[in-house]
Amino acid sequence: MTKHRHTIAFWAGVVVFLVAVLSMTQIVRNEYPFFAGYVILQFIALAVAWSILGGYAGYVNFGTNAFFGVGVYTAVALFKATGAPLVVQIAVAAVVGMALGFGVGLLTLRMRGIFFSIATIALAIIIETFVMNWRFVGGAAGIQIQRPPVMAPFDSYVKMLFFVQALLAVTAVAIARYIQNSRIGRGLQALRDDELAAECTGVPTLKLKLVACMISGALISAAGAPAAMYLQYADPSSAFNLSYSVSALAMALIGGTAHWIGPVLGAILLGSTQQLLAVTISSEVNVLVLGIMLVLFVVGAPKGIIGLLRPRYRLRAGGKP
Amino acid sequence: MDLLLGAVVLGVLLGCFYAAVSVGLSVSFGLLDVPHVAHPAFLVLASYGVYQLNESYDIDPLLAGLAITPLFFLFGLLAYRVYYETFEKRGSDAAVRGIAFFFGIAFIIEVLIILHFGVDQRSVSATYIGKSWRFGEFRIPIRQLVAFAVALGLTVLLAVYLSKTFMGRAIRAVAQDEEALRLMGANPVRIKQFAFGIATAVLGIAGALLIIVAPVEPTLDRAYIGRTFCVVVMAGLGSISGTLIAAIILGVAESIVLTMFGASWAPAISFAMLLGVLAVRPQGLLGR
Repeated sequence: MTKHRHTIAFWAGVVVFLVAVLSMTQIVRNEYPFFAGYVILQFIALAVAWSILGGYAGYVNFGTNAFFGVGVYTAVALFKATGAPLVVQIAVAAVVGMALGFGVGLLTLRMRGIFFSIATIALAIIIETFVMNWRFVGGAAGIQIQRPPVMAPFDSYVKMLFFVQALLAVTAVAIARYIQNSRIGRGLQALRDDELAAECTGVPTLKLKLVACMISGALISAAGAPAAMYLQYADPSSAFNLSYSVSALAMALIGGTAHWIGPVLGAILLGSTQQLLAVTISSEVNVLVLGIMLVLFVVGAPKGIIGLLRPRYRLRAGGKP
Repeated sequence: MDLLLGAVVLGVLLGCFYAAVSVGLSVSFGLLDVPHVAHPAFLVLASYGVYQLNESYDIDPLLAGLAITPLFFLFGLLAYRVYYETFEKRGSDAAVRGIAFFFGIAFIIEVLIILHFGVDQRSVSATYIGKSWRFGEFRIPIRQLVAFAVALGLTVLLAVYLSKTFMGRAIRAVAQDEEALRLMGANPVRIKQFAFGIATAVLGIAGALLIIVAPVEPTLDRAYIGRTFCVVVMAGLGSISGTLIAAIILGVAESIVLTMFGASWAPAISFAMLLGVLAVRPQGLLGR
């Protein structure tokens, strides 16, 4: 019964959040909050999507930037070729991200630990190199994007993107939450704790990992699709920037990966800290703070913020092997 | 044809240099099983140390590399200590967090370099930099010959150290069977810590070679993640002689692709080779 009540509470929260976001776009005049908010929402989507494979299954994916960049460039190529609207760009980016997730999964998910992680960096760099040599989307120099006219009820494109990214973040959270409570999530957690034992007890480990990799990839690519419109510009070295990988991984680990709320907390905390620091100090200091927080949490608080907030949880999940 | 021959010769020189930058990782990751993603970041850090000494005191880059070696040795001892206490000792999901730990360290080093030195490329000055030898059609820069000779010496020296000396054999023993060593009364953790120190100390010289071969920039470590791991994995984990062969294969491959298709494809080569090896023959070319 409580599970049912949790679900109702969750969706009520989602509706309240989206209504709040929508009314904010109608009331607030200043554009800056939306500009900053967009980035935080994007990080929520990335961190949550990362944790589906990285957190639940324990496969440390360094290739968030590959999926993100593929999302960006799917949108760019589609927009340039057909002038497709944002919704179509996002949908196609999600499909391409899912296909990429399938390919990456098939190639790499049999590798363990560091081999998998390094393989994901490798894929990111290989894809980036292809995009750099792809003339149609501007090659290494990048490409300028003209925003189409904004749709009602929004009066500026940034506000619209803010709302769209809020929808994407909510979608990512809802899917992560669903997976966590489903058989898929329990299977992933089982293989995370002991892959061999899970396989022996009949958990279809490779299939589950593939599904996780596809969903995670689709969500990351979808979150990346509006980025070209947001910046009005796309170039390979920013779209495939390794800092997306560090951010997603750091935010998820700092928040805690045992529960979907962890990455959300991590992304809100670090994302807003970074927005503040970027304005007040510099973007290098941002990355420094991110790196130091990551190292401190990984060493000192392995279960992340939710582990600190819920000590009883640590007993249940960490405990004796 | 001459062009291809030139590419192969330069590739062999480059390959020996790759062996020198990878050989430390061959010990830390190959033998000790530490997921040391920050190895190339330490390498670039060493280059900046060499740059600083060369810039302020006009010390020869190779001597400067030698001078920072003890510092890097201590650095390595400390890094392993932290890694052991926080991850290895506790077991369970140590690997996952260990990778994230070194990834974080790599990023911190990168940013600290940017904050201190800026994002511009830096290079060193020495008498042998800027000149080249001419052989008929093609020229070989002397800086590459120097790097080649020192790299080869360094790799061979480390191989001899690991196979002939008492400590070297202890390191290989601890990699093979830690428990047996413990039963014989040795302290495996101290041996591993010492080995990690050696693996990091080597980066002092390797960092000097890095900045001798070409100017460095703070994010250069990202390209070397692919190169170093490609070499170590292709070599077969922990095989030092394999490291040299694998590094030469990578160097020649890179040099040929560079000549035939141009520089814009260069970053992907090592990563593509690494993926190929991982997918087809994960135990490496010379692996058991």
